Amino acid sequence: MPTPILRIENVSKRYGKKDVLKGVSLTVNKGDLKILIGPSGAGKSTLLQCINFLVKPDEGRIWLDGQEVHYAHKRDLYAYRQKVGMIFQDFNLFDHLNALENVRIGMVKVRGMGNPEAKERAVMELERVGLREHMYKYPAQLSGGQKQRVSIARALAMDPKVMLLDEPTSALDPELIGEVHSVIRDLGNNGMTMIMATHQIGFASSLANEIIFMEDGRILERGTPEMIFCHAENARTREFCSKITELYGETR
Amino acid sequence: MPESVIAIGDALPYLLEGSLVTLIVVVGAMVLGLVLGVPLAAAQVYGPPVLRRLIGLYVWFFRGIPLLVFLFLFYFGLCTALDVNLSAFTVAIIVLGLISSAYQSQIFRGAILSLPEGQFKAARALGMSDLKAICFIVLPQALRLSIPGWSNEYSIILKDSAVTYALGVAEIMARAHFVATRTYQQLPLYLAAGVIFLILTYAGTKGLRLLEEKVRIPGYSPQGF
Repeated sequence: MPTPILRIENVSKRYGKKDVLKGVSLTVNKGDLKILIGPSGAGKSTLLQCINFLVKPDEGRIWLDGQEVHYAHKRDLYAYRQKVGMIFQDFNLFDHLNALENVRIGMVKVRGMGNPEAKERAVMELERVGLREHMYKYPAQLSGGQKQRVSIARALAMDPKVMLLDEPTSALDPELIGEVHSVIRDLGNNGMTMIMATHQIGFASSLANEIIFMEDGRILERGTPEMIFCHAENARTREFCSKITELYGETR
Repeated sequence: MPESVIAIGDALPYLLEGSLVTLIVVVGAMVLGLVLGVPLAAAQVYGPPVLRRLIGLYVWFFRGIPLLVFLFLFYFGLCTALDVNLSAFTVAIIVLGLISSAYQSQIFRGAILSLPEGQFKAARALGMSDLKAICFIVLPQALRLSIPGWSNEYSIILKDSAVTYALGVAEIMARAHFVATRTYQQLPLYLAAGVIFLILTYAGTKGLRLLEEKVRIPGYSPQGF
């Protein structure tokens, strides 16, 4: 019996007159990798940002490990965000800190760890993403792929229970995508629970337990990669998948 | 030796003492402006709407009234009305500092707004409170970007400080004027005062330029690409 680690119920968000999310529900089990696909403007990014309340949902409830998140209580919110790692499309490394300090700062300022201990852990996390020899470089001195790997190390250093990845490779040159994918693949193999928005469906189908197709603020269809990419029921899903396959290569 | 050169030579130690007073007033005002300006800027960007509006009023007030009016208002008006005994020197620092805090807050606000939004967002995603994100992520970057604007502010306060002569603060201008009227060597003395101001402007802006270089984030070229 799989254990749900994250449960999202009926999350809605509206910007002015536009409904960006129209009651999205999702249950994520421990070790799951769920992939969000869909055209831009479908609400994938808003959903991910609603999950850790960087965007405040207008409606909806979220549970982590069976505990409902009371995001109006600042203390609960900050504690919750520590447990939910976020990876952004454009990395968002802290530009004034080198790679090591980027990974260390959350442990020191948020978790209250001592400096030597935090440094040791930061070095370990950078080693895990293959960047130990670059730890004293600043973001402006790193390639896009290296930046994204530092940002993954930064999130991992907080010991997250779930990771949210918002198109982690969309801002990368094609030849740099592989190094980030291999880090994400390792995470998955080590049992990390992840929700990832991506257009890289080849990568997605080789790794995901479930593909979730979103359009217009709703989940239109969901299923195994095989089901969605080869036997989708919904015509829109089929249309989108064939277009994206053309763009991003084979599904396998 | 011409009389004018002798006059400058005689007055120089006295004028240099004055430049020390000027420097203390300017540095004091800059520091006061910094200490008030940083939280004002942060609150104006991240604070609740009411607070933003109040800060807007504060900035309007201190930028909207001439320095001389403020100096008289504080020194002859407020200090007398409240029966507080402050020296002209202290009032000069406070008034220049308050006015500068309004200008500096806008320098910092501009710098904060020029940072990519993702910096603040990523800090909050790690579980930082807004205050921590501002202190550890936003301000260290924004303050670096503020140095060019700050060097502008320095040269403006430096020159504005000459106005405090009207309260009798014994700074460069007051001393030059005092000696000039006594010796009738107006031209050389005011010229000497001007040159001292030029040197102080140069030294300060040069120093800030060096600071800018020193705290520059590695990998960022001055051209920005």
